[in-house]
Amino acid sequence: MADDAIRCDACPVLCYIKPGRTGSCDRYGNHDGTLVRLDPHVVLNRAVERGDSVVPFLERGAEWDGSMVSHGETFVTAIGAGTTYPDYKPAPFIISSQVEGVDMVTVVTEGIFSYCGVKVKIDTDRHLGAECSTVRAQGEAVGHVTTSEYGSQMLSLGGVRHLTGGSRHEGTATCDALLNLCNGKAVELEIDDGATVIVEAGKPPVVDGAREERMRVGCGSATIGMFAKQWFGKVDEVVVVDDHITGVLSEHQAGKLLGIPETGIKLKGRRSTPGRYFQVAEPGTSWGGTDIEDPLSILGKFNAKKAWPGLRLLMVSTTGEHYAYFVLNEDLRPKEKELPATLGQSVARIKENCEPALCTVLFMGGAGGSLRAGVTENPVKLTHSVRDALTRVTCGGAPVYVWPGGGITFMVDVTRMPQNAFGYVPTPALVAPIEFTLRLADYGALGGYVDQVRPLSSISAEKEAKRTVAARKDNPWPLEAGVKSR
Amino acid sequence: MKQRARMRMLPDGRRLHLQDGPIDLIVEAFGAASDVDRAYQAACARFVNVLDELCGELKFLRQECCRDAEWPSGSVARRMVAAVMPYASQCFITPMAAVAGAVAEEILATMVRAANLSRAYVNDGGDIALHLTGAEKFVIGMVERPDRPSLLGTLAIEADNSVRGIATSGWRGRSFSLGIADAVTVLADRAAAADAAATIIANAVDLPGHPAIVRVPARELAPDSDLGARLVTQGLGKLTDAEVNLALDGGVQTAERLRRMGLIRAAALNLCGETRLVGADRVARLNSDVAERSLVHA
Repeated sequence: MADDAIRCDACPVLCYIKPGRTGSCDRYGNHDGTLVRLDPHVVLNRAVERGDSVVPFLERGAEWDGSMVSHGETFVTAIGAGTTYPDYKPAPFIISSQVEGVDMVTVVTEGIFSYCGVKVKIDTDRHLGAECSTVRAQGEAVGHVTTSEYGSQMLSLGGVRHLTGGSRHEGTATCDALLNLCNGKAVELEIDDGATVIVEAGKPPVVDGAREERMRVGCGSATIGMFAKQWFGKVDEVVVVDDHITGVLSEHQAGKLLGIPETGIKLKGRRSTPGRYFQVAEPGTSWGGTDIEDPLSILGKFNAKKAWPGLRLLMVSTTGEHYAYFVLNEDLRPKEKELPATLGQSVARIKENCEPALCTVLFMGGAGGSLRAGVTENPVKLTHSVRDALTRVTCGGAPVYVWPGGGITFMVDVTRMPQNAFGYVPTPALVAPIEFTLRLADYGALGGYVDQVRPLSSISAEKEAKRTVAARKDNPWPLEAGVKSR
Repeated sequence: MKQRARMRMLPDGRRLHLQDGPIDLIVEAFGAASDVDRAYQAACARFVNVLDELCGELKFLRQECCRDAEWPSGSVARRMVAAVMPYASQCFITPMAAVAGAVAEEILATMVRAANLSRAYVNDGGDIALHLTGAEKFVIGMVERPDRPSLLGTLAIEADNSVRGIATSGWRGRSFSLGIADAVTVLADRAAAADAAATIIANAVDLPGHPAIVRVPARELAPDSDLGARLVTQGLGKLTDAEVNLALDGGVQTAERLRRMGLIRAAALNLCGETRLVGADRVARLNSDVAERSLVHA
């Protein structure tokens, strides 16, 4: 027997457990030589529940007591509801409840989405990769870099081409990445000729091993505008370094208005309008999303006719994370000095005004004909009903944005959905819950399976297992106003 | 004496949860309320002694099973030996390969003896013993990878076929596997037999010597494992489609052989998203997109 193993005496099996491993029960483990108790069978129980065909509930307030609910306090989500796809038959659960005296119907199903993907917003100014660059997970192409947004880089991942159009590995890697992102797990993504990013919904991104802390407060020029007054009198020149627009205080409109004199500073890059420069450096993961390590590398020689020895220069990035303070010597060369406390405050203020950087993940999918056919005999009527705001669409009880135009293509913030709401099928395709809520009368009018409607109370009475979760306070209640009455 | 076993009704008020050491059972019986009650009482009374009985003969149960070995005395242990005996002369197997199924079977048998039940099941971590009468049936969900539960499909098992045991084995599960199958689900007449067969078939899904397979001697992971120095799968890199097919072919061959011998009724073999079915059409109504792989966009 190995001497680093410990003997567990929690039960008569008396397992010898190696460091970092668990005994045969998976309940007790050896953590650095100490016997510890672990969370019991989380995965196993989930498997058992899934196998039992779970019908989770969203419920407001107290624990579900099994009593009949007739006042719309319980909403059945589609997680684990199963699906009848690809059959054209009624959705697994069509449930009625009463809301303010109006009979409401919720059609609950789990959709298999092969037309689906996620849009990822990564709050960072760092260059992650050029537009259209391929994004990889486990070495396989799973998406691409799309147009960047304010203070953020955007990725578009998944989609039918990666899921089912490429090799099996590509499909599996894509499905894996989407599933993990949607279920709130961290996923490492590699961008061709770019960075490696760890993305986790609701958490700061980790770019090439460095955790991103803050979003920039504005571009370099905007930062000059915001802070010019606070710098006035404390420093002669400020350069705010930014991958997009680098700002220079003395040349900027804001500096001119304050009467700040010219300093003879010379910036590399392409001048846009006074005090605003494009492309002072290459994009990168350093100062203000550029590749520079030495801020002086973006400056030319000071103009001897205008500059003066003793001129005070602050260089700062748009997030305040990088900064340096210089004073010109007799030869008009900048020499780095310690940042005076008064300027330290303004750098801190820039930092303060930068919001925490997050990754956000929106699931986007389209409910196709056969899924809609599970709701009504005439699928297009469901689309019209959603358009007319008679039917509310929710995803695991969370509100969705339904894209205008044809079909029911929607987006949902995965962090507003219950835990582990997504599944997959080996096709590969993602399985996502989707619920359609409307008035019973309207349901009949659009050709719904009225004979299949069952009261909410029957769910508890029947054999289906269920899981009750508390509703999120920031989600509108799916059965409430918003579903318009005629 | 302090009781170690945990026995309680689950919050749904219908299912019984029994746990003792590594044994974790979900039990549900159907019938008149008084019968269900009696069945649960009997299950609990039997359950409290199961682990101690097994541990009393643990040394023997961890040894390779051979044809002329003495029989153990405990009834669960005897079920284990009976289930692995058919393989004894052909390959390495210990009675531990059937422990989960044998426990499920024992508790189910206890309940059925004690009360009049129309249906019942005992689920021991995915190894399930079933009781069915009349026109009753069970719908069973199949999971492709135990570490990422997602329904692969469902099986309907009806009273008029002989299947009363279901078991799943694979390297991603709780027990060690010598093969690379993500999951092999087996339907057999009894749970212990299904358990042993699932182990054998999962071991047969393999690519010996393949560099993408990470194998570690079992005893380095668990010093007292019944598998000793045998290499168990701990990681699986990328396989080509051809390699996946080759590995599955090996498993299917074994499964077919066991089916012809009457040791199992059906099996579903999963590896890297590929699924193969053996005998499934004969015994159970399979509802799965595996059957209809052609993609219709939802």
